[in-house]
Amino acid sequence: MSRAGGLLSKVLSGSVLLALIPGLARAGEAVAASPIPKIDTGDTAWVLMSAALVLLMTPGLAFFYGGLVRRKNVLSLLMQCFMIACLITLQWVLFGYSLAFGPDWKGIIGDLSWAGLRGVGGAPNGDYAATIPHSTFMIFQAMFAIITPGLIIGAFAERMKFSSFAVFSLLWATLVYDPICHWVWGVGGFLRGAGALDFAGGTVVHINAGVAALASALVLGKRLGYPQRISPPHSLPLAVLGAGLLWFGWFGFNAGSALGANGLASGAFVATHIAAAAAGFGWAGLDWFFAKRPTMLGMITGAVAGLVAITPAAGFVTPMGAIWIGLGASVFCYLMVSLAKAKLGYDDTLDAFGVHGIGGIWGALATGLFASKAINPAGADGLFFGNPGLFLVQLKAVTVTVVYSFVVSYILLKVVDFTMGLRVSQQDEQIGLDLTQHRESGYTVLQ
Amino acid sequence: MKLVIAVIQPDRLDEVLDRLLEKEIHLVTVTDVLGRGRQKGIAEVYRSHTEAGSLLKKVRLEIAVNEEFVRPTVDAITAGARTGQVGDGKIFILEMAECIRIRTGETGRMAIG
Repeated sequence: MSRAGGLLSKVLSGSVLLALIPGLARAGEAVAASPIPKIDTGDTAWVLMSAALVLLMTPGLAFFYGGLVRRKNVLSLLMQCFMIACLITLQWVLFGYSLAFGPDWKGIIGDLSWAGLRGVGGAPNGDYAATIPHSTFMIFQAMFAIITPGLIIGAFAERMKFSSFAVFSLLWATLVYDPICHWVWGVGGFLRGAGALDFAGGTVVHINAGVAALASALVLGKRLGYPQRISPPHSLPLAVLGAGLLWFGWFGFNAGSALGANGLASGAFVATHIAAAAAGFGWAGLDWFFAKRPTMLGMITGAVAGLVAITPAAGFVTPMGAIWIGLGASVFCYLMVSLAKAKLGYDDTLDAFGVHGIGGIWGALATGLFASKAINPAGADGLFFGNPGLFLVQLKAVTVTVVYSFVVSYILLKVVDFTMGLRVSQQDEQIGLDLTQHRESGYTVLQ
Repeated sequence: MKLVIAVIQPDRLDEVLDRLLEKEIHLVTVTDVLGRGRQKGIAEVYRSHTEAGSLLKKVRLEIAVNEEFVRPTVDAITAGARTGQVGDGKIFILEMAECIRIRTGETGRMAIG
């Protein structure tokens, strides 16, 4: 245990004065070993660093998405991602964190006793993370709350009014993200109680956002000219930069979810990396086979799909399990994006459902297949380790999330559409969102 | 005086510029353009969605020449840009009313060279 942690414990136990007397110093040490929550500096450093890594994923996502749209809309994507970072941070501080993690009300939602981060300070909260300050846990979770509505942007890109986007995102964070977060991760949440495993947010973040993305694509309708007259991505290099930042940040997302600098974090880190590699490789192979050439966009899409799928499983599976989860993600997401989407005819602009929804569902179910107590005694054995029960629990968590997220997202979109309109005018859509929504251009023509 | 406009495949540009230099034709303006002809280009594939690519990337050259240089210019462009495939491009030759060099105010034959 670190010096600072030891000192703090002594202060807490009031033994500092006693320790000043040489003969009584040992007594002070003994008091320090009492079960009072004790901050570990290594754990705290890692989780703070992880929070920064997860924050970086949102600008990473902005570049990933921004590169894939037409040049007239690049700023609108970057702007929406940054707006989410600012808006949801305030929501989280004022009441979001309390709704998600505050004292439970009937397994459904947290109460408002932590609103404004009242009482969320330097002392650990033993229910969530006993070795790091409560405020560290809170800010780590804040980054998840930010990126989740950010992911949905991919589905309604290039056609949504900025004002409506902001209102919808705030409502969605409050009425969809915060409750589901509470069910799965909050103490007293009913899915947490049912034994569902979600290491770093496969259900809470990816299925949730992916399904809301599908609802957005359906409510907003197709972009003008889709699919015949939509130009290709305006800057794949920008998208690759974004994917690289996502991969990098994901180590904080998954390994940080161990909430400590320990073997579990290391295992999650390793599994995360392996799954991304397997899925990027897998998608390139599928492209090579079906479209005759491996594509850059395919490879980064695959890597992201692999990262999505390993998210719920990262702390529960073996490295070989991570390979299978990654390869599975590339196959299922490829089928959805390349074949099913075209047949179904909806316009999920950047495949937020195809990658995050499908990848998230596969990951959550795969956790029920590949989880092993040998990796994480606090987890459970999956189907392949002789416990079919876990798979059913995972299926239940997936179903509940899919249904709740889709229904409430759909209603919220309809309400915003009815009151303020979701889509920009046809002319504004043709001119582009950068000029019409923000009076800016991403690129100049003349110097 | 003529204005020669050529639209060629981007990958032939270096060859055409070399051939123009061989004929001592130094002055040329080059722009990236999109265009459509009868040929199909290399189809681009994004997440398995094939872009029909109704507009293809081309390069456009503009060269102002005096009468005696029209033939050498056309020869140089043709020699550099021709592959025999559909889509090699086109050359347009326009009458040019006047040419003025901004620095000196010279006009006509002198200004072009």
